[in-house]
Amino acid sequence: MTTAPSPSPPASAAAPSEARRERTVLSLPEHTVEIVSDPGEGAQKCGQIFGRVSAKMGNGVWTVEIIPAEIQPPARQPSSASGNRVRIGTGPVTNWGDHANLVVAFNEQVLLHRHRLDALAKDAIILIENMWATHDDPDIRQAWTDAMEELGSASYQFVPVPMEEECLAVIDNPRRGKNMFALGLLAWIYSRDLEKIKGLIAQEFRKKAEAIYDTNVTLIAAGMELCAMYPITPATSASHHLSDIFERFGGVVHQAEDEIAAVGVALGASFAGKVAFTITSGPGLALKTEFIGLAIMTETPLVVVDVQRGGPSTGLPTKVEQGDLLAAIFGQPGDAPHVVLAPATMEECFLCMTTARRVAEALRTVVIVLSDANLATGVQPFPRPDPSEQWFAQPPDLAPVREGLRPYDWDPQRGVSPRVVPGQPGGMFTATGLSHDEWSHVGYTPDVHERGCRMRSRKLAVFQQMLKPPVVNGEPTGDLLVVGWGSTLGAIEEAVGRARQEGLAVSSLHLRFLSPLEPGLAEIFRRFRKVMTIEINYSDDPGDPFVTAENRRRGQLAWLLRAQTLVDVDCWTRVPGEPLRPGQILQAIHDSMPQGASR
Amino acid sequence: MTDLSCSLLSAAPDDEEREWTLADYEAAAARWCPGCGDHAILTGVERLLEAEQLPPEQTVFVSGIGCASRFPHYLHTYGFHGIHGRALPIATGIKLRRPELHVFVVMGDGDCCSIGAGHWIHAVRYNLDIVALLLDNGVYGLTKNQTSPTSPKGIPSNTQPRGAILPPINPIAATLGVTNASFVAQTGDWLPAHLYATLQAAFHHHGLAFVRVLQRCPQYTPAIYDVAMRDPDLVELLVHPNGVVVPELDRLFKHKRPHDPADLDAARHLAEPDGKIRLGVFYRNETCPVYEETRAVAARSASEKVALLGAELDRYAV
Repeated sequence: MTTAPSPSPPASAAAPSEARRERTVLSLPEHTVEIVSDPGEGAQKCGQIFGRVSAKMGNGVWTVEIIPAEIQPPARQPSSASGNRVRIGTGPVTNWGDHANLVVAFNEQVLLHRHRLDALAKDAIILIENMWATHDDPDIRQAWTDAMEELGSASYQFVPVPMEEECLAVIDNPRRGKNMFALGLLAWIYSRDLEKIKGLIAQEFRKKAEAIYDTNVTLIAAGMELCAMYPITPATSASHHLSDIFERFGGVVHQAEDEIAAVGVALGASFAGKVAFTITSGPGLALKTEFIGLAIMTETPLVVVDVQRGGPSTGLPTKVEQGDLLAAIFGQPGDAPHVVLAPATMEECFLCMTTARRVAEALRTVVIVLSDANLATGVQPFPRPDPSEQWFAQPPDLAPVREGLRPYDWDPQRGVSPRVVPGQPGGMFTATGLSHDEWSHVGYTPDVHERGCRMRSRKLAVFQQMLKPPVVNGEPTGDLLVVGWGSTLGAIEEAVGRARQEGLAVSSLHLRFLSPLEPGLAEIFRRFRKVMTIEINYSDDPGDPFVTAENRRRGQLAWLLRAQTLVDVDCWTRVPGEPLRPGQILQAIHDSMPQGASR
Repeated sequence: MTDLSCSLLSAAPDDEEREWTLADYEAAAARWCPGCGDHAILTGVERLLEAEQLPPEQTVFVSGIGCASRFPHYLHTYGFHGIHGRALPIATGIKLRRPELHVFVVMGDGDCCSIGAGHWIHAVRYNLDIVALLLDNGVYGLTKNQTSPTSPKGIPSNTQPRGAILPPINPIAATLGVTNASFVAQTGDWLPAHLYATLQAAFHHHGLAFVRVLQRCPQYTPAIYDVAMRDPDLVELLVHPNGVVVPELDRLFKHKRPHDPADLDAARHLAEPDGKIRLGVFYRNETCPVYEETRAVAARSASEKVALLGAELDRYAV
């Protein structure tokens, strides 16, 4: 496996044997690699290990899963393509890039899928299993021929590789070893450290579920003690490893009977003074709505993680989207003020959970963390965090409640109040979703309800004033300001960087707090001739039939920013079911430059 | 004198010798209709709290939405008046992470058998050490007389004015059908002694004690239990030393059936409708795994967590 017959990247489609030992080593600032196979052939694992070993060797890395919604869809179909894109670079890599430069394809159909999605560079090097060309089944041979004809429209450099044949020389079932063969190919091509690879393979197969960066570790680091969840893609993978290790930290993963019960159990534990959270995706967030409202009304701290996927309804279960923003902020009937934040990188995922817990506890409210499939399933190296005892929640204080303290002893200015938990003598009260006064006594009078609403809202205003204004990436003034949130940070900043190199006066701004919004936005926006959000959610394009400035449905952040700043914020959004590519964003920037923009 | 009483007051909650009286458990005056069976159930529960001397701060009542779910407001313990059908998940979260607390769940028939039926089935299976009371009046009362899943067939309501269309769910049979069910009993609000004895047995059971309390609603469904209240011959008491023993009822009820609560087959048979209202413990099994014990984990100090987390992070470090 270590001396796999394969060419180095610049080699042409010459017979592999010629290139077997002679290697020209090129130094590249970055390269994007894809491994695609039928599901179950292990291309994802191959990509993960390749990404991890690259990270361990000090490369910048960003990986994105290529994943069908089914576990074992039919083999050899374009829609079944499963694998990983791994973009590696000498410096930091912040997004998945535009096109793949090198592809390892286990059959021509899955390759076709990537080709049709315009995922491959025009001159991509394609290492392809060639057994299909001469397969016994004439239909398969025909499919190969047809595919090759379609693929011939591009100028790919094909390198046929007899993967199955080579694998059969060492193992009986090539279906279960081809991915490691492909990993060997990649290791040789990219001069990867074989010892590190061996270590990672051993680790990978000793314990199945494991990723280099793991939301799970984050959750532990955030001092969480109970994760109540119900299986849902793509949030579930985060709870796998957690289930494995959480108990060592004194925590429990409770798989509830449904999404509603999951948030209810978390809420119950929080009410009892323990730190609990629930993790879900869009459909689950919808089901949890009523309980989220209850947590807000009873001022019970609660952290809800929403790993967004394509929607509405079942939508695109395995694919990325940023379509839950407004649902997360406004999804609860009645006035239900709470905090919504969105990490932009995997490192921020790590850090933001501690923030989320602390904010939830300090404000006695709900914090919704909007992650997405891109952040939840990718791999990205970041500096090792240094755990400190402050990260962890203190055990609940069960000291007697001081006399006269009411369960909602709202500071009339700030709306915040000390939390009382069961077990504290003298603090007995009944939390209720009904309108209530400071004693948690049910009250339907106008003043009681007004006061409760005002106090719950006031906390958000207080919190907003504690936030720092966001920092503009690039010049503080210019023709166009691109505003984003969540996992698009890297792609947006790369595109903006390219645009600035072209001489365009473009800057960008990335928001982490969506509710309340970070301060100073209107003032920042006024220094640009045009402000535009870039998001992975649906909006009407201005030129669409029947679409007018009056009825145009805009991107979700754009909607929010327009309402909050009264600035005429435009948007460019797409819902491709994959991360945005920097090249796409650059094109959108070109198309959106205001009239008379300087160059 | 003033000083003395102050110091006594402040010391009182810490004093383990303190004796709790009924008044210590009473909170706001109950706002149920006159004659509502919930009053009697509340009284029975208060008696239990006093008899067991449960410290109010160590006791939590969790409820859903409905007439019955106002229960926690009328007790001076901790309480969580939640949302419709979802009392059991909240109670699960509390008990799972704070097993030392005494947790009681109070649900109505809409809560338990309709909107929250999924939680009911699964809570029975988790078998946390809690008392779960189903206050079953066979009607949606708070929303003004709609058919509930336990409304007897033919009883008219605002939503089914020509009478309940379907035969009712049988909460006892349904609970007995759930894997890991460990305590299933039925009592009636009009029999305070039986109610109290059943609550006591439920409280002392180790595991989820499911008690269906047949509860009169004088406003909307007086017909359901009034007959049984007036005619003790319609009632059959399940009697056994391991069940509920209420000597003062011996003379009132002539139908008594010895039933060993360990016998699940017999319990299921007795739960089938045959015109008799059976009160007593249908099933009791102290050996069923209890969820908060199965899931118990050793608590870690912050410094231990830092060390463990450091080791975990090292596995990923370059």
